[in-house]
Amino acid sequence: MSILLIAEHDNNKLNPVTLSAVTAARQIGGEITMLVAGSSCQSVANDAVKVMGLSKVLLADSAVYEKGLAESLSALIVELAADYSHIIAAASSTIKDAMPRVAALLDVGQLTEIVGVESEDTFKRPIYAGNAIATVHSHDAVKVITVRASAFDKVEAEGGNASIDVVNVVFDMGVSRFVSEALLKSDRPELAVANTVISGGRGMGSAESFNLLEKVADKLGAAVGASRAAVDAGFVSNDLQVGQTGKIVAPELYIAVGISGAIQHLAGMKESKVIVAINKDEEAPIFQVADYGLVGDLFEILPELEAKL
Amino acid sequence: MKIIVSVKRVIDYNVKVRVKTDNSDVDLTNVKMSLNPFCEIAVEEAIRLKEAGVASEIVVVSIGPNAVQEQLRTAMALGADRAIHIETEMQPEPLNVAKLLTKIVEAEEPGLVILGKQSIDSDNNQVGQMLAALTGWPQGTFASEVKIEDGKALVTREVDGGLRTLSLTLPAVVTTDLRLNEPRYAKLPDIMKAKRKPMEVKTPADLNVHLKKHISQLKVETPPQRQVGIKVDSVDALIDKLKNEAKIILRKLG
Ligand SMILES: Cc1cc2nc3c(=O)[nH]c(=O)nc-3n(C[C@H](O)[C@H](O)[C@H](O)COP(=O)(O)OP(=O)(O)OC[C@H]3O[C@@H](n4cnc5c(N)ncnc54)[C@H](O)[C@@H]3O)c2cc1C
Ligand SMILES: Nc1ncnc2c1ncn2[C@@H]1O[C@H](COP(=O)(O)O)[C@@H](O)[C@H]1O
Repeated sequence: MSILLIAEHDNNKLNPVTLSAVTAARQIGGEITMLVAGSSCQSVANDAVKVMGLSKVLLADSAVYEKGLAESLSALIVELAADYSHIIAAASSTIKDAMPRVAALLDVGQLTEIVGVESEDTFKRPIYAGNAIATVHSHDAVKVITVRASAFDKVEAEGGNASIDVVNVVFDMGVSRFVSEALLKSDRPELAVANTVISGGRGMGSAESFNLLEKVADKLGAAVGASRAAVDAGFVSNDLQVGQTGKIVAPELYIAVGISGAIQHLAGMKESKVIVAINKDEEAPIFQVADYGLVGDLFEILPELEAKL
Repeated sequence: MKIIVSVKRVIDYNVKVRVKTDNSDVDLTNVKMSLNPFCEIAVEEAIRLKEAGVASEIVVVSIGPNAVQEQLRTAMALGADRAIHIETEMQPEPLNVAKLLTKIVEAEEPGLVILGKQSIDSDNNQVGQMLAALTGWPQGTFASEVKIEDGKALVTREVDGGLRTLSLTLPAVVTTDLRLNEPRYAKLPDIMKAKRKPMEVKTPADLNVHLKKHISQLKVETPPQRQVGIKVDSVDALIDKLKNEAKIILRKLG
């Protein structure tokens, strides 16, 4: 077996979700080659060679790959695919965009967001918003797989010494063009990799009151998340949404504040180690998954929590 | 411009699924079925483009057993002009769906195909991207805004770090995210009118597509349930439990 693993990065640093995908790849077994496709991304390749368990790093460095546009990235992966039995990557928004194209171009199925490796061709994945776990078997010669990073530990980022091969093929499909982006800049840790996450829901009431929650987050070094209702109401930006159709997180500690606990929200956080719920409604379903529930008004509890931490 | 919208019939999002006792699948007997929420948003977006004079005709397509005609009628009640039902007894895999849609697209020559980003039953998130790959068209997935200008689609996408806008040549494939729009409800007279709108039925054989099995489901299990926790009565008690029972370090590290 030989595995091609696509690195997640921002052209500057390797994103730690990649390290979880390496763990999944190691459970499958065989040689692992990591593809770093980007623009001026030598520093990412330099990170990649140190990751434990890789035999090789492929560096495809071109302005065309800067934004990871699906049309070009998938063409590049397909070009390299012939040498591999598995093509695998953490399910980031870039990968979710590109990987099904890779599968279709190879005429194979895609296994979405696996959470367990049973064997080289059999995997576990959540369906129905995580309310059921399916064991699925791939009949295809090449397995195209995305990995739910929160379900796998990270391999060591240091200690390996893979070599770098430069890939010079460039696919510019010319049909899609990057126009602009509005990326949230924050000093807080990223949701997907934070050890502690504190999320607010509709109960927060306004964008301003999210400040109460952010102050607690800063005390804890936590990432801030939100329910869809909080995002829809415009309290916070879309990339903070936790849930079935947002980000999936599994931190050491997850604190849900003013969130009722709809199944679509639980789908994104119920694998957290310890869950705390703060809600004024003692019947709120969130208490059914919480290790520690505190019934009360968040506008009193959050300032007190901040003061006492 | 003609728009094709592909819609799926799925379990209603309010229903909590149960796994069958023999672990073969989830139990869908007597369960409320609906239009996949992302597909509702796709239909709504097409209607808005038609109301804005950008689109001239909306064709809805669904693949599955006879029952999917119910969702196709719903889409026509909302404003789609006609429907194509591709009849199969089995629930087709995303690549097969994409291949069938490719044939429809070749015959209908739309300027835009709008799909949901994800089915809430299989949670696959694949068909739109696969269709774009098979047609060679550009894609704008997880869209929260779509504008058609000067023969291009300007699509703002929800990405991990925020929002990103792409310009796509037409024809193109767009998949919808939750914030693209808020779908309307069908009105009773429109539901009546939709019964008379045209519904074409085809089979995969008519379209020359052989449905292939790529992935088999071996078993389905209920995920491990969390133990119900305890209620604490104060912030002090909470901090104490977290520190001393859960052994969590409650401070910023490094
Ligand atoms: C297809 C689909 C996908 C979805 N995907 C997601 C997803 O990914 N993520 C997600 O989160 N949702 C998702 N949803 C939405 C989900 O169904 C719920 O609507 C949403 O999670 C509710 O958010 P909420 O808990 O913040 O709001 P509500 O359900 O309105 O709950 C607010 C809570 O705040 C409490 N509260 C109010 N005031 C106070 C106060 N002063 N102090 C303490 N507590 C207070 C209330 O008691 C209540 O429990 C999806 C829905 C659909 C249809
Ligand atoms: N059986 C189907 N019939 C019609 N459209 C479908 C079908 N399955 C998936 N789709 C479309 O593809 C989108 C994504 O589905 P999926 O890739 O299965 O998560 C859905 O929101 C629909 O728009």
